[in-house]
Amino acid sequence: MMMKRYLPHPLLSLALLIVWVFLVNEVSAGAIVFGAILAVIIPLITASFWQDRPKVGNVIAICEYGLVVLWDILVANVIVAGLILFRKAESLETKCVVVPLDLTSPEAITTLAGTITMTPGTVTIDLSADAKSLLVHCLHAPDAQGVIDDIKDRYERRLKEIFE
Amino acid sequence: MPFIVELIISLLIVIGGLFLLIGSFGMLKLRELLPRLHAPTKATTVGVGGVLIASMLFFWVERGHFTIHELLITLFLFLTAPITANLIAKAYMLLNVDPHTDLPPSEQNEGWATFDPVGPEGYDPSEEYEEKES
Repeated sequence: MMMKRYLPHPLLSLALLIVWVFLVNEVSAGAIVFGAILAVIIPLITASFWQDRPKVGNVIAICEYGLVVLWDILVANVIVAGLILFRKAESLETKCVVVPLDLTSPEAITTLAGTITMTPGTVTIDLSADAKSLLVHCLHAPDAQGVIDDIKDRYERRLKEIFE
Repeated sequence: MPFIVELIISLLIVIGGLFLLIGSFGMLKLRELLPRLHAPTKATTVGVGGVLIASMLFFWVERGHFTIHELLITLFLFLTAPITANLIAKAYMLLNVDPHTDLPPSEQNEGWATFDPVGPEGYDPSEEYEEKES
Protein backbone atom coordinates (compact mmCIF):
# COMPACT_ATOMS: atom_id res chain seq x y z
CA MET A 1 0.00 0.00 0.00
CA MET A 2 2.77 2.41 0.98
CA MET A 3 4.74 1.25 -2.04
CA LYS A 4 1.86 2.01 -4.39
CA ARG A 5 1.31 5.42 -2.86
CA TYR A 6 4.88 6.70 -2.95
CA LEU A 7 6.12 4.79 -5.99
CA PRO A 8 3.14 4.85 -8.38
CA HIS A 9 5.33 3.84 -11.29
CA PRO A 10 8.29 1.71 -10.12
CA LEU A 11 9.75 1.24 -13.62
CA LEU A 12 9.73 4.98 -14.29
CA SER A 13 11.38 5.57 -10.90
CA LEU A 14 14.09 3.04 -11.70
CA ALA A 15 14.66 4.58 -15.14
CA LEU A 16 14.94 8.09 -13.62
CA LEU A 17 17.44 6.87 -11.02
CA ILE A 18 19.58 5.18 -13.66
CA VAL A 19 19.44 8.21 -15.99
CA TRP A 20 20.46 10.50 -13.12
CA VAL A 21 23.44 8.30 -12.15
CA PHE A 22 24.46 8.18 -15.85
CA LEU A 23 24.19 11.97 -16.10
CA VAL A 24 26.38 12.52 -13.03
CA ASN A 25 28.66 9.88 -14.58
CA GLU A 26 29.80 8.31 -11.31
CA VAL A 27 28.29 5.81 -8.91
CA SER A 28 28.56 7.69 -5.61
CA ALA A 29 26.33 7.89 -2.55
CA GLY A 30 25.44 11.51 -3.32
CA ALA A 31 24.37 10.76 -6.87
CA ILE A 32 22.25 7.79 -5.79
CA VAL A 33 20.54 9.70 -2.96
CA PHE A 34 19.69 12.66 -5.17
CA GLY A 35 18.62 10.31 -7.98
CA ALA A 36 16.35 8.50 -5.53
CA ILE A 37 14.79 11.81 -4.46
CA LEU A 38 14.09 12.63 -8.12
CA ALA A 39 12.82 9.11 -8.71
CA VAL A 40 10.18 9.61 -6.01
CA ILE A 41 9.18 13.21 -6.76
CA ILE A 42 8.90 13.13 -10.57
CA PRO A 43 6.51 10.12 -10.79
CA LEU A 44 4.36 11.64 -8.01
CA ILE A 45 4.04 14.93 -9.90
CA THR A 46 3.39 13.29 -13.29
CA ALA A 47 1.26 10.38 -12.02
CA SER A 48 -1.95 11.93 -13.38
CA PHE A 49 -0.54 11.73 -16.92
CA TRP A 50 0.06 7.99 -16.58
CA GLN A 51 -3.43 6.71 -15.87
CA ASP A 52 -3.68 4.09 -18.62
CA ARG A 53 -0.05 3.11 -18.57
CA PRO A 54 0.81 0.03 -20.59
CA LYS A 55 1.86 -3.17 -18.87
CA VAL A 56 5.42 -3.78 -20.02
CA GLY A 57 6.96 -6.85 -18.49
CA ASN A 58 8.68 -9.02 -21.03
CA VAL A 59 12.34 -8.02 -20.61
CA ILE A 60 13.65 -10.63 -23.05
CA ALA A 61 11.28 -9.45 -25.78
CA ILE A 62 12.37 -5.83 -25.21
CA CYS A 63 16.07 -6.75 -25.48
CA GLU A 64 15.39 -8.80 -28.61
CA TYR A 65 13.49 -5.88 -30.14
CA GLY A 66 16.34 -3.47 -29.31
CA LEU A 67 18.96 -5.74 -30.89
CA VAL A 68 16.86 -6.32 -34.03
CA VAL A 69 16.35 -2.57 -34.42
CA LEU A 70 20.05 -1.80 -33.90
CA TRP A 71 21.05 -4.42 -36.49
CA ASP A 72 18.47 -3.10 -38.99
CA ILE A 73 19.71 0.45 -38.45
CA LEU A 74 23.27 -0.65 -39.24
CA VAL A 75 22.26 -2.53 -42.40
CA ALA A 76 19.91 0.21 -43.60
CA ASN A 77 22.62 2.84 -43.01
CA VAL A 78 24.96 1.09 -45.42
CA ILE A 79 22.19 0.60 -48.01
CA VAL A 80 21.05 4.23 -47.85
CA ALA A 81 24.66 5.48 -47.94
CA GLY A 82 25.07 3.50 -51.17
CA LEU A 83 21.88 4.98 -52.58
CA ILE A 84 22.95 8.54 -51.79
CA LEU A 85 26.48 8.12 -53.13
CA PHE A 86 25.94 6.05 -56.26
CA ARG A 87 22.43 6.75 -57.53
CA LYS A 88 21.16 9.78 -59.39
CA ALA A 89 18.56 11.60 -57.33
CA GLU A 90 16.02 11.27 -60.19
CA SER A 91 16.37 7.49 -60.41
CA LEU A 92 15.34 6.92 -56.78
CA GLU A 93 11.82 5.59 -56.46
CA THR A 94 10.61 7.67 -53.53
CA LYS A 95 7.06 6.84 -52.63
CA CYS A 96 4.60 6.75 -49.76
CA VAL A 97 3.38 3.36 -48.59
CA VAL A 98 0.45 2.62 -46.30
CA VAL A 99 1.12 0.24 -43.42
CA PRO A 100 -2.10 -1.13 -41.88
CA LEU A 101 -1.71 -1.55 -38.12
CA ASP A 102 -2.68 -4.45 -35.87
CA LEU A 103 -1.40 -2.62 -32.80
CA THR A 104 -3.97 -0.72 -30.77
CA SER A 105 -2.19 0.83 -27.77
CA PRO A 106 -0.94 4.40 -28.41
CA GLU A 107 2.43 3.65 -26.79
CA ALA A 108 3.05 0.71 -29.11
CA ILE A 109 2.11 2.75 -32.20
CA THR A 110 4.38 5.60 -31.08
CA THR A 111 7.28 3.17 -30.61
CA LEU A 112 6.66 1.63 -34.02
CA ALA A 113 6.49 5.06 -35.71
CA GLY A 114 9.70 6.15 -33.97
CA THR A 115 11.48 2.94 -34.95
CA ILE A 116 10.47 3.35 -38.58
CA THR A 117 11.79 6.92 -38.59
CA MET A 118 15.10 6.00 -36.95
CA THR A 119 15.72 3.26 -39.53
CA PRO A 120 17.35 5.02 -42.49
CA GLY A 121 15.36 4.90 -45.71
CA THR A 122 11.92 5.13 -44.13
CA VAL A 123 10.22 8.02 -42.30
CA THR A 124 6.79 7.90 -40.68
CA ILE A 125 4.96 11.00 -41.82
CA ASP A 126 1.37 10.48 -40.75
CA LEU A 127 -1.19 8.35 -38.95
CA SER A 128 -4.78 7.84 -40.03
CA ALA A 129 -7.29 9.65 -37.82
CA ASP A 130 -8.62 6.37 -36.41
CA ALA A 131 -5.03 5.15 -35.70
CA LYS A 132 -5.29 2.11 -37.96
CA SER A 133 -2.75 2.97 -40.68
CA LEU A 134 0.67 4.55 -40.80
CA LEU A 135 1.84 6.58 -43.79
CA VAL A 136 5.51 5.78 -44.38
CA HIS A 137 7.72 7.66 -46.80
CA CYS A 138 10.42 5.50 -48.44
CA LEU A 139 13.58 6.87 -50.02
CA HIS A 140 13.86 3.97 -52.46
CA ALA A 141 11.17 1.31 -52.58
CA PRO A 142 10.71 -0.52 -55.85
CA ASP A 143 8.86 -3.20 -53.86
CA ALA A 144 6.31 -1.43 -51.65
CA GLN A 145 4.71 -4.65 -50.40
CA GLY A 146 8.14 -5.91 -49.28
CA VAL A 147 8.63 -2.80 -47.11
CA ILE A 148 5.21 -3.29 -45.51
CA ASP A 149 5.88 -7.00 -44.85
CA ASP A 150 9.28 -6.17 -43.32
CA ILE A 151 7.79 -3.60 -40.94
CA LYS A 152 4.91 -5.86 -39.94
CA ASP A 153 7.02 -8.98 -39.46
CA ARG A 154 10.15 -7.54 -37.88
CA TYR A 155 8.79 -4.74 -35.68
CA GLU A 156 5.06 -4.93 -35.27
CA ARG A 157 4.93 -8.61 -34.33
CA ARG A 158 7.56 -8.07 -31.61
CA LEU A 159 5.89 -4.90 -30.31
CA LYS A 160 2.64 -6.84 -30.04
CA GLU A 161 4.41 -9.31 -27.75
CA ILE A 162 5.81 -6.47 -25.62
CA PHE A 163 2.77 -4.23 -25.27
CA GLU A 164 -0.26 -6.49 -25.68
CA MET B 1 47.18 2.37 -24.90
CA PRO B 2 47.53 -0.86 -26.88
CA PHE B 3 47.72 -0.48 -30.63
CA ILE B 4 44.63 -2.57 -31.32
CA VAL B 5 42.44 -0.31 -29.13
CA GLU B 6 43.82 2.78 -30.85
CA LEU B 7 42.98 1.17 -34.18
CA ILE B 8 39.40 0.38 -33.12
CA ILE B 9 38.86 3.91 -31.75
CA SER B 10 40.19 5.55 -34.90
CA LEU B 11 38.11 3.24 -37.08
CA LEU B 12 34.97 4.09 -35.14
CA ILE B 13 35.64 7.83 -35.43
CA VAL B 14 36.38 7.57 -39.15
CA ILE B 15 33.27 5.49 -39.84
CA GLY B 16 31.12 7.84 -37.76
CA GLY B 17 32.55 10.87 -39.50
CA LEU B 18 32.05 9.25 -42.89
CA PHE B 19 28.36 8.61 -42.22
CA LEU B 20 27.89 12.15 -40.90
CA LEU B 21 29.48 13.41 -44.12
CA ILE B 22 27.29 11.19 -46.32
CA GLY B 23 24.22 12.36 -44.39
CA SER B 24 25.12 16.00 -45.05
CA PHE B 25 25.90 15.21 -48.68
CA GLY B 26 22.49 13.56 -48.97
CA MET B 27 20.80 16.76 -47.82
CA LEU B 28 22.68 18.60 -50.55
CA LYS B 29 21.94 16.06 -53.27
CA LEU B 30 18.27 15.31 -52.67
CA ARG B 31 16.23 18.25 -53.84
CA GLU B 32 12.84 17.77 -52.21
CA LEU B 33 12.02 18.02 -48.54
CA LEU B 34 10.61 14.55 -47.91
CA PRO B 35 13.61 12.66 -49.39
CA ARG B 36 15.86 15.10 -47.53
CA LEU B 37 14.37 14.00 -44.23
CA HIS B 38 16.07 10.63 -44.74
CA ALA B 39 19.59 12.07 -44.60
CA PRO B 40 19.67 13.23 -40.94
CA THR B 41 18.36 9.86 -39.67
CA LYS B 42 21.64 8.36 -40.91
CA ALA B 43 23.69 11.01 -39.16
CA THR B 44 21.90 10.55 -35.83
CA THR B 45 22.28 6.77 -35.78
CA VAL B 46 25.59 5.39 -37.04
CA GLY B 47 27.34 8.77 -37.33
CA VAL B 48 26.79 9.92 -33.77
CA GLY B 49 26.81 6.34 -32.45
CA GLY B 50 30.29 5.60 -33.79
CA VAL B 51 31.78 8.75 -32.30
CA LEU B 52 30.10 8.13 -28.94
CA ILE B 53 31.32 4.52 -28.69
CA ALA B 54 34.82 5.72 -29.59
CA SER B 55 34.58 8.30 -26.81
CA MET B 56 33.50 5.67 -24.27
CA LEU B 57 36.37 3.36 -25.30
CA PHE B 58 38.92 6.18 -25.17
CA PHE B 59 38.05 7.34 -21.67
CA TRP B 60 37.79 3.77 -20.44
CA VAL B 61 41.15 2.55 -21.75
CA GLU B 62 43.21 5.75 -21.77
CA ARG B 63 41.93 7.58 -18.70
CA GLY B 64 40.92 4.52 -16.73
CA HIS B 65 37.45 5.60 -15.69
CA PHE B 66 34.35 4.12 -17.15
CA THR B 67 32.06 6.80 -18.60
CA ILE B 68 28.55 6.03 -19.55
CA HIS B 69 26.76 9.32 -20.18
CA GLU B 70 27.48 8.95 -23.90
CA LEU B 71 24.70 6.35 -23.90
CA LEU B 72 22.33 9.04 -22.65
CA ILE B 73 23.04 11.18 -25.73
CA THR B 74 21.98 8.23 -27.88
CA LEU B 75 18.90 7.69 -25.73
CA PHE B 76 17.81 11.34 -25.98
CA LEU B 77 18.49 11.39 -29.73
CA PHE B 78 16.34 8.29 -30.22
CA LEU B 79 13.56 9.90 -28.20
CA THR B 80 13.60 13.30 -29.92
CA ALA B 81 14.73 12.75 -33.53
CA PRO B 82 11.56 10.94 -34.73
CA ILE B 83 9.34 13.65 -33.26
CA THR B 84 11.28 16.40 -35.03
CA ALA B 85 11.13 14.51 -38.32
CA ASN B 86 7.39 13.96 -37.92
CA LEU B 87 6.71 17.64 -37.15
CA ILE B 88 8.76 18.79 -40.16
CA ALA B 89 6.92 16.32 -42.40
CA LYS B 90 3.51 17.45 -41.10
CA ALA B 91 4.32 21.13 -41.61
CA TYR B 92 5.53 20.38 -45.14
CA MET B 93 2.44 18.33 -45.97
CA LEU B 94 0.04 21.01 -44.73
CA LEU B 95 1.75 23.59 -46.94
CA ASN B 96 2.57 21.63 -50.10
CA VAL B 97 0.71 18.33 -50.35
CA ASP B 98 -2.81 17.78 -51.65
CA PRO B 99 -4.12 14.75 -49.72
CA HIS B 100 -6.49 13.75 -52.54
CA THR B 101 -3.94 13.57 -55.35
CA ASP B 102 -0.48 13.21 -53.75
CA LEU B 103 -1.11 10.69 -50.97
CA PRO B 104 -2.34 7.10 -51.12
CA PRO B 105 -5.72 6.62 -49.39
CA SER B 106 -5.51 5.39 -45.80
CA GLU B 107 -7.68 2.31 -46.56
CA GLN B 108 -9.54 2.95 -43.29
CA ASN B 109 -12.74 4.70 -42.27
CA GLU B 110 -10.86 7.92 -41.53
CA GLY B 111 -8.34 9.86 -43.62
CA TRP B 112 -4.82 10.93 -42.64
CA ALA B 113 -4.79 12.74 -39.32
CA THR B 114 -2.95 15.82 -40.58
CA PHE B 115 -5.67 16.65 -43.10
CA ASP B 116 -8.70 14.93 -41.69
CA PRO B 117 -8.45 15.18 -37.92
CA VAL B 118 -11.95 13.86 -37.20
CA GLY B 119 -11.54 10.96 -34.81
CA PRO B 120 -13.67 7.80 -34.56
CA GLU B 121 -16.09 9.38 -32.08
CA GLY B 122 -16.65 12.37 -34.35
CA TYR B 123 -14.26 14.56 -32.34
CA ASP B 124 -12.99 17.37 -34.56
CA PRO B 125 -10.29 19.57 -32.95
CA SER B 126 -10.68 22.25 -35.61
CA GLU B 127 -14.18 23.04 -34.26
CA GLU B 128 -12.61 24.17 -30.99
CA TYR B 129 -10.34 26.61 -32.78
CA GLU B 130 -13.24 28.04 -34.77
CA GLU B 131 -15.22 28.57 -31.57
CA LYS B 132 -12.31 30.41 -29.97
CA GLU B 133 -11.83 32.63 -32.98
CA SER B 134 -15.47 33.65 -33.33
